[in-house]
Amino acid sequence: MDFQSCVNIKKEWDIVGARQLGRDISRKIGFGTVDQARIATTISELARNIYLYAGTGKVCFEALEDMNKKGIRIVATDDGPGIQDISQVMEDGFTTSGGLGAGLPGVKRLMDSFDIVSTEEEGTEISVVKWLR
Amino acid sequence: MDERLKNIVLEHSDDIVKMWLEEVNAHKKNDYTSTISDEMFESTNREFVNVIFSSIEKQGLSSDLDNFSERLINLGWPLSYLTDGMQIFRRVVTDYILKQSDKIDSDYFSKVLRQVDGWVDPIINRLVNEYSGSWEHIVSLQRVALQELSAPLIPVMENITIMPLIGTIDTERAKLIMENLLDGVIKHNAEVVLIDITGVPVVDTMVAHHIIQAAEAVRLVGSRCILVGIRPEIAQTIVNLGIDLGKFPTKSSLRKGFQTALELTNRRIEDVQNNDEDIEQLIDSLDRE
Repeated sequence: MDFQSCVNIKKEWDIVGARQLGRDISRKIGFGTVDQARIATTISELARNIYLYAGTGKVCFEALEDMNKKGIRIVATDDGPGIQDISQVMEDGFTTSGGLGAGLPGVKRLMDSFDIVSTEEEGTEISVVKWLR
Repeated sequence: MDERLKNIVLEHSDDIVKMWLEEVNAHKKNDYTSTISDEMFESTNREFVNVIFSSIEKQGLSSDLDNFSERLINLGWPLSYLTDGMQIFRRVVTDYILKQSDKIDSDYFSKVLRQVDGWVDPIINRLVNEYSGSWEHIVSLQRVALQELSAPLIPVMENITIMPLIGTIDTERAKLIMENLLDGVIKHNAEVVLIDITGVPVVDTMVAHHIIQAAEAVRLVGSRCILVGIRPEIAQTIVNLGIDLGKFPTKSSLRKGFQTALELTNRRIEDVQNNDEDIEQLIDSLDRE
């Protein structure tokens, strides 16, 4: 499986679109219901961050296949204002929008690997991977 | 000039129709309409071209056009069939008129083009408007329908109400949930409100946040909130996300939640006395007499 598909995030309902596509892909890869819920939640958090803080961006999915394991990579990209202090947003309970502040640290716990690159004024790219066990 | 071009087109309508039909049929082979039966396609084409000619003849849009487009919308024909048809018509008619005249200068050419556009464009506009109007209508109806089933509050028993949530919760819905919840709590004088999230596909931090806020608001007006219908996978993601739902009781199913609600309002479900036993006792007592 070597394909990549993306969903553009412009409206709040695009979050639902991204979630559904991600869920479909993860089901095809063979994830169980618990992991599907984890993946859908992750997509929801990442897509909502784009919608709330950057306005527009996209979420891309990639099915991964290694020698002996399968997985899914989710990449959320935007060209919004960027994140000033990454260590701060990775703390539980930090929020600038009055939310719970559990989004990014939560995503990190939901997934197997988590990478974030953010440049101020240029945008943010978050890439996460979940492996099938 | 206008009349002359119109007369050319109307007099040779048979030729034009023939050319148009050939082009449209050639177009059919490799696209969306290939699943439509030949007779259907044929008769629709005939009607389409008649509608076009009648509107050219009358120098304006006729009610035939509206009827025709309405029927196609109802049958679910794609809009591209009509726009493609009109483009082909434009090409065929322009070609035909130009072939009829012996001398063609750029002035004449542009006049012909303008005239043909004057026939074709209003029809295309009307068709596109009809189609998009019908889509907008459907979307607005569906939005209303969605709103109606958005966040109902069901009083099941004195002091106990249930709010079942189904589907995705967005910001607009979250507001509605909060409003309905508080209105309902006051109106039904509820002591306990059960929020059932069995039908919510994903509980992310935003959804959880809204639920927590709603529960907190319910607490402020003096009632208690129980969150029910938490599926195992949702429970796991909530724990992974690190969301604290400890401020109010949660249950896996509506049934368990309802039992808790009864306990909170000092009630319990009791089986009515077994009828068979009653009758046996009655017979026993009769025997003894």
